[in-house]
Amino acid sequence: MTKANIREQEAYSAFLEDFRPKRPTLRNIVVAFLTGGLICTAGQGVLSCILSRGMPEKQAYVLTSSIMVFAGAFLTGLGVYDKLGSFAGMGAALPITGFANSVVSPAMEYKHEGFVLGVGARMFQVAGPVIVYATLTATIVSIIKLYVF
Amino acid sequence: MSIEEEYSGRRAGGDFVAYVKAFLVGGLLCAIAQAAMDLTKANPAIIMVSAVSAGAVLSGLGLYAPLVEIAGAGATIPLPGFGHTLVTGMLEDAAQWGPFGILTGGFKAVSAGLLSAVLFGYLMAVLFNPKG
Repeated sequence: MTKANIREQEAYSAFLEDFRPKRPTLRNIVVAFLTGGLICTAGQGVLSCILSRGMPEKQAYVLTSSIMVFAGAFLTGLGVYDKLGSFAGMGAALPITGFANSVVSPAMEYKHEGFVLGVGARMFQVAGPVIVYATLTATIVSIIKLYVF
Repeated sequence: MSIEEEYSGRRAGGDFVAYVKAFLVGGLLCAIAQAAMDLTKANPAIIMVSAVSAGAVLSGLGLYAPLVEIAGAGATIPLPGFGHTLVTGMLEDAAQWGPFGILTGGFKAVSAGLLSAVLFGYLMAVLFNPKG
């Protein structure tokens, strides 16, 4: 490639750069804050509803997570949660509803590959690594807590 | 005003504050994750893995339990809460049964979350088909 060609190409890339959408970081962070906050407020609503029926606090937290997982899985089935995900990024992905979404979404997508290698395997495409690293980190942290401090 | 009314009034007020705290803390955790993703341009899965591990580390440092105390569901619903629950469960069983508790306590504590994810996840994936 001649020098002129390279220069031309660089100019063209610079020209293209103007048309590429800028990553609107601030917008993303604000939307993630609002969406994540609202999902957690909904979770808090479920929690206080359960607590007001007299369930002990520990069980109430567990049941709340369970209900939120159900909600996330159901909304993914309806096709709502994936739209929320592309709108809100981590605001939708970080709450446990997003964890449920990461289970259902690929499983549904790859159903045509069968119920074992499609649904069964793809359920843990993202949830798998999350569980693996959570378990490893938690084990190391617990060992350090028990033997070092 | 009867004692019951006063009590329920205070509870309603207390509930409102709890909702605001859950909103702010839950929102903040998601905002931090989003900022980390935008700044490092990392894959969402990597951010989720980092968040859940960070939750376990913060739990070990004794910082996550106070956050749950303050924000309730605002701290337990985001993924770092999953790491915190694992560590708490391991340490609880370890306190009772010794080091062996690390093997038994973790998954016991997160059992409901994992089982729900498998059960409801499978059900929804089988019942529904992808849209568009």
